[in-house]
Amino acid sequence: MTTSTEPIARPPTGFERAADWSFRRLTLAFAVLAIGVVIALVVQIAITASPAISEYGTDFLFSDKWDPGAKTYGIAPQIGGTLYSSFLGVFIGSLFGLAVAIYLTQDFIPYKLEMMLKNVVELLAAIPSVVYGLWGIFVVIPLIRPMCNALHEAMGGVAIFGTPLIGPGLLPSALVLAIMVLPTVTAISRDALSAVPPKLREAAFGLGATRWETIFGVILPTAARGIYGSVILAFGRAVGETMALAMLLGNNNSFSWSLFAPGNTLAALLANQWPEARDSTNEKFALMYAGLVLLGITLLINIVGTLILNRTQSIGDARR
Amino acid sequence: MSDQKKPEGREKPVKTPPLEPGLGQVMGVAGGLPPLQDPSISRILSGLPPLQEPQTPPDLEKRLRSPRTFFSALLSVITGIMAVGAMVPLFSVLFMLVWRGGQRISLELFTALPPAAGMDGGGIGNALAGTLLMVGIGSVLAVPFGILAAVYLVEFGPDTKLSGAVRFATKVLSGLPSVLAGLFAYASVVLLTGKYSAPAGGIALAILMLPTVLLTAEQAIKMVPQRMREAAIGIGATRTQVVWQVVLPTAMPGILTGVMLGIARAAGETAPLLFTAMFSDYWLTRNPMEPTASLAVLIFDFSSSPFTNQIEIAWAASLVLVVLVLLANVTAQVWTARAAKS
Repeated sequence: MTTSTEPIARPPTGFERAADWSFRRLTLAFAVLAIGVVIALVVQIAITASPAISEYGTDFLFSDKWDPGAKTYGIAPQIGGTLYSSFLGVFIGSLFGLAVAIYLTQDFIPYKLEMMLKNVVELLAAIPSVVYGLWGIFVVIPLIRPMCNALHEAMGGVAIFGTPLIGPGLLPSALVLAIMVLPTVTAISRDALSAVPPKLREAAFGLGATRWETIFGVILPTAARGIYGSVILAFGRAVGETMALAMLLGNNNSFSWSLFAPGNTLAALLANQWPEARDSTNEKFALMYAGLVLLGITLLINIVGTLILNRTQSIGDARR
Repeated sequence: MSDQKKPEGREKPVKTPPLEPGLGQVMGVAGGLPPLQDPSISRILSGLPPLQEPQTPPDLEKRLRSPRTFFSALLSVITGIMAVGAMVPLFSVLFMLVWRGGQRISLELFTALPPAAGMDGGGIGNALAGTLLMVGIGSVLAVPFGILAAVYLVEFGPDTKLSGAVRFATKVLSGLPSVLAGLFAYASVVLLTGKYSAPAGGIALAILMLPTVLLTAEQAIKMVPQRMREAAIGIGATRTQVVWQVVLPTAMPGILTGVMLGIARAAGETAPLLFTAMFSDYWLTRNPMEPTASLAVLIFDFSSSPFTNQIEIAWAASLVLVVLVLLANVTAQVWTARAAKS
């Protein structure tokens, strides 16, 4: 742009102005396109699902038959299975995730160890879900099976122990799901916990509160909103998690309260049925419809979670 | 910070702020000096028995035998065990990968086609090539898209309604199940071209990479000091020249972090590829519009196989996939560290 004879500063040439104008429009176009992608995704799935919507209507949501041969489809057990497995997975994952977040922020261990633990948790998030599925099949299921079957023997009358664990089932799925959502819970809760002003903590210590009285009485309530947000986002992730559940839950289209029974989720149904779906049976359209329902559920969860976290951030900024 | 003011009330206070103004009193109480009067403070203190009776001096000694201290120590131990417990799965996964997948690492693994049912030997050559191809297509689409949109968000339209909407849409997109990106790519590409293909898979992966690239690039561009932009504008540069010659080079390490994280996420994705690229037992051909193999789908297919050989191949493919993903992650972290230094 400059040579030794030219002055360093000069006004932009006409070409540069034109380039500037077009580049601004270009970036604008891509920004708009980013919104367009989300809208297109929703609209396109809805349009492709429309033959199934008009054929099966709302019965689709409440019927429990998935029979390509008879061309009847319903996803009630899958919706139930999605919510049940996600709830269990997020419950376990949040307990551990929050424990890790507390451990990382409340001066329990030296800074270097904190960083190491943080990296390990981030690595948990990096492992692909199909690898967790494989690990679940060959490690988790054989590991918990004797215990589960002993529980079933002893307390088979209780609904949640009502069946033996034959192979794939809800509990191994929930455990693997817990591992997969743990990094989400930890990362966001950790941010919320470390945003609590240190003077609140010091004040509580000054009053003579023990470490855990401080955590339960002061730190957790102050960071509560961020923690709720993290749990909701984790729930959104769990609802949409596909491969691990497709491999571990058993692809069984019926709902059971038993922790050891096989079941299915919306996402796992999609992954398991798609490769075998024939055009002649309408199954692909029905699966699109199931995808649309899944889209609705996750959109709702994610929007609520994002809004909660945005509010937390603005409160946090205002306080600083 | 002086006593009884309301906490600068913008939003509804988050339960505890009443503590904040009472700091002076709080310190006093610990010394046992002024009596407790403020109800909001005594509410917080309920559950701390010695302080509720100001006439007896507070018990300041820490003994493990006192129930409060014991309870606290017990919880610390439990949390510690839970935190360590949370790390066990990672090490178990890594151990299994090395132990079961490591046995099959050989030249054949990378050069041979996947074994058919009941056959010996074989490898993952075409799956590895397919994964690289589709992640490549995804990056080519998502990286310029994400960076340009991020440039708009920071440089040309900050604080506009549009950029707020873009950010929100991107966050929503990042939370959507990957399986839906697959359905979308199926509906808009596969139905149109009539075939499962690598480009369809690449488009699905691009949708998944976009939020990561965009949001990280936005953060990185935001970190570029304002005075650098002003200096360039001062010597007559247009905003576009500022972006290309000042902002992007400065923000590059941060942007690359996002790119690598996006690649790491895309490489491990399975579900979207089931709907777009499917699988193939053969090598890539010149014509890309054919079903294409990938490591992730190979693992999924072989995981339920009754044949030991295929299961061993699945473990070996997992090891290769995890190594790829971790490499991308480590590169991202190195770049983050470099970005933080500069």
